[in-house]
Amino acid sequence: MSSAEAAVGEPDPGSRQIEFRDALREAMSEEMRRDVRVFLLGEEVAQYHGAYKVSRGMVDEFGERRIIDTPISESGFAGMAIGAAMLGLRPIVEFMSWSFSLVAADPILNNAPKMLYMSGGQFGCPIVFRGNDGAGGQLGSTHSWCVEGLYSNVPGVKIAIPSCPYDAKGLLKTAIRDDDPVFFLESERMLSVKGAVPEEEYLIPFGRGIVRRRGADCTLASWGRPVNFCLEAAEELAKEGIDCEVIDLRTIRPLDLETVVRSVQRTNCCVVVDQSWSFGSPGSELAAQVHAACFDDLDNFVHRVHSADVPTPYASNLEQEYLPNVRRICEAVRHATYRA
Amino acid sequence: MTRVSPSTGQRVFDVHGATERPAIAPPRHAPVQPAVDDATLTRWLRDMLLIREFEVRCMQAYQDKKIGGFCHVYIGQEAVAVGCTAAIEAKDPMVTAYRDHGHALARGMSARACMAEMFGRIGGCAKGKGGSMHMFDRANNLFGGHGIVGAQTPLGAGLAFATKYEDEVINGGRSNRVTLCFLGDGALNQGAFHEAMNLAGLFNLPVIFIVENNGYSMGTSIHRGTTMGHDLSSKALGYGIDAEVIDGMDVLEVHAGMSKVVADARRRSRPWFVDMRCYRFKGHSMSDPRKYRTREEEEVFEAGDPIGRLERVMRDRGALDDLRFKEMQKAVREEVRDAVKWADESPAPSVGELHHDVFVEPWGPYTGTSFPPFLREQGLKAPWREEECP
Repeated sequence: MSSAEAAVGEPDPGSRQIEFRDALREAMSEEMRRDVRVFLLGEEVAQYHGAYKVSRGMVDEFGERRIIDTPISESGFAGMAIGAAMLGLRPIVEFMSWSFSLVAADPILNNAPKMLYMSGGQFGCPIVFRGNDGAGGQLGSTHSWCVEGLYSNVPGVKIAIPSCPYDAKGLLKTAIRDDDPVFFLESERMLSVKGAVPEEEYLIPFGRGIVRRRGADCTLASWGRPVNFCLEAAEELAKEGIDCEVIDLRTIRPLDLETVVRSVQRTNCCVVVDQSWSFGSPGSELAAQVHAACFDDLDNFVHRVHSADVPTPYASNLEQEYLPNVRRICEAVRHATYRA
Repeated sequence: MTRVSPSTGQRVFDVHGATERPAIAPPRHAPVQPAVDDATLTRWLRDMLLIREFEVRCMQAYQDKKIGGFCHVYIGQEAVAVGCTAAIEAKDPMVTAYRDHGHALARGMSARACMAEMFGRIGGCAKGKGGSMHMFDRANNLFGGHGIVGAQTPLGAGLAFATKYEDEVINGGRSNRVTLCFLGDGALNQGAFHEAMNLAGLFNLPVIFIVENNGYSMGTSIHRGTTMGHDLSSKALGYGIDAEVIDGMDVLEVHAGMSKVVADARRRSRPWFVDMRCYRFKGHSMSDPRKYRTREEEEVFEAGDPIGRLERVMRDRGALDDLRFKEMQKAVREEVRDAVKWADESPAPSVGELHHDVFVEPWGPYTGTSFPPFLREQGLKAPWREEECP
């Protein structure tokens, strides 16, 4: 896992190493101290201190009026939080897993992102939905959704997907201050990963990707956990003489096409790595946009690496093959650069 | 559905499951009638007449194809919206379902803004982007009509949560607001409603769930779609929530019953469930020929028209005479005619409006499908005519 490379204007990550989950908690706690309208609700967030211990200790500081345990009732508490947001509060809704958010699809897709538009600009919905997204850890098919493919389809949402603790904190603070609904996608597989996070306050703006690794032969564009696989793949490929540039988009709505295009104009080659299913996914959208913007620059069509087009399998070996992994990313780059 | 009463031998329409009484059940606890002065009654009558006239003109405009989509008129249920809004204060939030024109007008939205929204014009309350099922009015604390059955019930709980949070966490108990959340009897079979009831009961939220029980969810009678349809208050029992049955065809009963419920919800910060017995004179929507019920049944209920009932009360009191009544009818006709004219003359939203109001602040270099400016700076052209995509 490589440490975050701070973008221009962002503070130096420094030497303090903390876990991904602690970065998330710091972001929430700092914002709750700053703004009394911010509160956290979800299953097991208070007395149990978070199913994944992201909210550990927060109830001790903020009390049960602001760190709120809910019943297992996603549709109810997501809708309730949206109602509260319409009246000016700034809820953070924790879904234990984004897979479970599917039972709340009506409020989070039909209400939150559409409210401003339907009301002709009268009622915004400043809310953050966050939780664990994606497969890994052999949880089987129902618990292993990558919801970005599904949710990025709806206008009015912003989707942030951090790939390291530094981004987790900076992006979540931005999400909480955002006046629109933000879907914040974490990965259970990354919660205990450590990374450098500065003590000082910083915000990471939405819609600006970051170049994690410079390279001349092929642009690897990704977000979230697979960024780390891309960095590993780039190291592998470097041994074969293929020099990859790795871009972490950080948010997929808004999508930073500019950083990708500027890179592809130099490398003339692009591979998109997206852990959601390929059909109608953000990776497909990005590939289409890169084709439109870089038609004359590309030496090959944009290759894509997605999760396999099957329900997530339980067996460990199948699950590893199902997800975008270093081997499959390397293969895609070799094909895209005519080295296969 | 009709039954023959064993005691009288007469046919009884059993819309609400009351077997031997007229279909509108009396409230279980007779509310103490608060003194209502003549001026207030006059205002209520005017508001009910306005809603009735508005809906009649909506039906016409729909047939003239001035109004698109679905159109669910509120005729017959006017006493509910007027009586309920009369029982709360301006500061209290209100949220409702798709049959929402009556609520919007009762809450104080102008007939012009309401009608222009129906017409899909820029002068509408939501610039024509919401439509008939989605009436929003921030100034009057109306948090929307919502098109998905039951979807507004967790939102109602959330509004009440926010008022309570404001009082307990932010400013220390000053506003003490109560939220009214309207739903139809069909919404009782949606999971969202039960989750909202559970959360409201659990968190002691000052929200009143008002079931406008007109006996039909679309074309399905309550007895074919809802268990315990004859006694909806049993739904509240399971959540430890207090319930009241109110005759929704009588604005005085609605006001009296709701005043009591609102006062209690405010004082104790507790949810309430109200089975508001009423009747929908027209079909579910404009496309509904209402073949699932008899003309005879409709005539029985039309005889209990809420406007006629208030009119009689006022005449008996000497608060209304023929002349006054005609004047009021004329005035609301004029008001609605003006609204229709105004809506008709209000322009359609500019095409530029298509991309507005998606986010609070415009963000990113790319709005909709517009061509990224940095590519234009590089001398590249958009593959489509940009002026078409403002």
